[in-house]
Amino acid sequence: MTNDKVFSKSRRNALKTLGLGAAATTLPLWARYAQAGTAEPIKVGFQAHKTGIGAAYGRWYERTTMAAAKKINDEGGINGRALEIVIEDDGTDPKRGAEVVEKFATRHNVDVGFGTLFSHVVIGSAPRAGELKLPYFVVSEGHHVASGMLNRHTLQPCITDVKSQVAAMAPFVANNLGKKVTMIFPDFAFGHDHRDFFSAAIEAQGGEVVAKIAIPPTESSFTKYFPKIPRNTDVIYHVMVGPAVLTFVKEMGEFFGPSRPEIFGFIDSLEAVDINSPGLEFLEGTYFWEGHPRYAQANQTEYDKAYRAGVGVDNTGASISDSKDIATYAHMFGCWETLHTIKAGMEAAGYQSTADRSKLIEAVEAMTDMPEGFAHPQGAKLFNGKTHQVFGHQYITKVSGGRLNLAHTTSIEDTFYPDEVDYTKQSF
Amino acid sequence: MEFGPYLLLASMEGAVTAAVLALTAVGLSLVFGVMRVVNVAHGEFFMLGAVIAWYVASTVGGHPALGFVAAMIIAPLFVGGLAALADMVFLKRIAYDPERTIVATIGLLYIIQQVTLMTYGPDARPVVPPFNTRLALPWFEFGENGFEIYWPWGLSITSYKLFVIVAAGVILLGVWGMMTRSKIGLIMRATQLDGEMAQAFGIPVERVYAMVFGIGCGLAAMAAVLIVPIQQAHYLMGGDPLLLSFIVVIIGGLGSLPGTVIAALLIGMSDGIISVFFTPTLAKILATLAVALVLVFRPQGLFGTREHD
Repeated sequence: MTNDKVFSKSRRNALKTLGLGAAATTLPLWARYAQAGTAEPIKVGFQAHKTGIGAAYGRWYERTTMAAAKKINDEGGINGRALEIVIEDDGTDPKRGAEVVEKFATRHNVDVGFGTLFSHVVIGSAPRAGELKLPYFVVSEGHHVASGMLNRHTLQPCITDVKSQVAAMAPFVANNLGKKVTMIFPDFAFGHDHRDFFSAAIEAQGGEVVAKIAIPPTESSFTKYFPKIPRNTDVIYHVMVGPAVLTFVKEMGEFFGPSRPEIFGFIDSLEAVDINSPGLEFLEGTYFWEGHPRYAQANQTEYDKAYRAGVGVDNTGASISDSKDIATYAHMFGCWETLHTIKAGMEAAGYQSTADRSKLIEAVEAMTDMPEGFAHPQGAKLFNGKTHQVFGHQYITKVSGGRLNLAHTTSIEDTFYPDEVDYTKQSF
Repeated sequence: MEFGPYLLLASMEGAVTAAVLALTAVGLSLVFGVMRVVNVAHGEFFMLGAVIAWYVASTVGGHPALGFVAAMIIAPLFVGGLAALADMVFLKRIAYDPERTIVATIGLLYIIQQVTLMTYGPDARPVVPPFNTRLALPWFEFGENGFEIYWPWGLSITSYKLFVIVAAGVILLGVWGMMTRSKIGLIMRATQLDGEMAQAFGIPVERVYAMVFGIGCGLAAMAAVLIVPIQQAHYLMGGDPLLLSFIVVIIGGLGSLPGTVIAALLIGMSDGIISVFFTPTLAKILATLAVALVLVFRPQGLFGTREHD
């Protein structure tokens, strides 16, 4: 016993010394924020899909978020205060999503919630954020924000929604690939957005959707769905999510064999998957929508260069430390940019504490132009404060020689559609 | 696609599902039959087989067949060993009490799943099949020119999928041979009929239990190694096989190997065909309905025998 005590005592002393040393090394960091009114950090609650079907995205969303937070802190934080990211796993599950939002607001007392991707989780969580009056910045692509389904506290300021993405894709598909389209999409909110908005958009171009094939996102075997593709299909339009996306694309290739139609896919079908995986050779010459081109392009900007370096992604979209670890590059820029937008909003609002949450939302609603830059490496954007939704450039890449090469960049105007809601008229 | 080729394609997809399902379910059935243990972690041992197959295949290098063969040997052995260890460390300690083994195996389920998530990560990773040629299949019709053979668009299977069906059949024959023709099988059957009496005759029941648990989980791992070149290794992939295995084992009769195989064929094929012509959800609804009907009208399963005691 006595020996134990002596040991623990000396160990405690050792720890104390260590602690002092650690504090000393961080001295310049907290000294930098000394001019702020309060030394408390700004807390951003990051709702992460660490587990569940969104886990591959979640890992990269987290890396991007932490890299952006480091950049913001290195540049002096927000309003002179350090930025702290509080991470909670939602299991890519709507019910747990709502619980995580509640935990952010009541237990962690965060300033804002942030980072949710999967549309069903957003739809499950946003009402709770609204009730708790927690500003909730999602990075989801779903049309549910701009459709008016959610509330004034939910914003999507840095990733475009499916409705505007497909509106911009339809002319390219109809003019370059064909008019008779078969759609294959996941059977939940996000996939239904694709189904509804692309059908309308392609009809506006004089084309038609000849078949709509919905597949549950948890499905693991796909060949049985492909016979539903009508023989007169010119173009396959595919978008799939979940852990089995590689099987999906591989089995599609095996189904068609040497006589495939034109294929246009959303890169979601192959996010976090190497396009040079065995069995994907048939994709050569097919096209993909990408939110942000995975492979560094010939016209790469210095912003994209700095962003890749910050997050740790090489020029082929793989992790610098592991070439087999492919990023969800087409989506994760949204985390980087949204965090910068939260910073800009807080600085414009003179944000001090959670009492200023409404001011923050008003400040973000007042934003319009977001110029391309180190804060917005994906490209310039135009934010619509009424619908809480951003609009931006879309990229179409073509698979050639095992790379995704840029074939077409849409203008921001290509992605516009009429407003469906005015959140600014809702009270806080 | 016309009806005939469509049905053929659906049946072949169903056959692949059925083959893998039969292997997995026979493992579950064996464990329940001999030990009366409901192994809720069975699906996780399946997943572990797939994950180890990925580790082995990506370590071995060279021709994909080398890695695949190595995985086919190493993964079931490792998973079987781990399961036997789990049996000795956990299940033996709680005296194979039915309720407590369920709770213990639920615990195992989460431990295996989360440790895999923490080490292997959340990604779905592919294993390259040892061979994979697309085989286009012909169909026939009676048209204006009489009997004709043609090649319908999309009607094909890969050589590897055919191999999965054959390999699963061979392994199942092996299991049947082991149970009916070998001394180990005799000992297992004796333990299944009456554990206490077997012990009285000098059968080391505890060791038999550990071995059966190991073999049962090893079979799940084998099924996973077969399927992983088609699907990918992912830490959540154990859920579906577990549910389907339970359905199969209940319909076929708990502890009956032939019943399990026939029920696996029934469920696998109907899943393939119903989800092609209607929806995958309907296939699951019908399978669950079948379980309910079996439980109400024939609780011992289609091929099970009533308990003597």
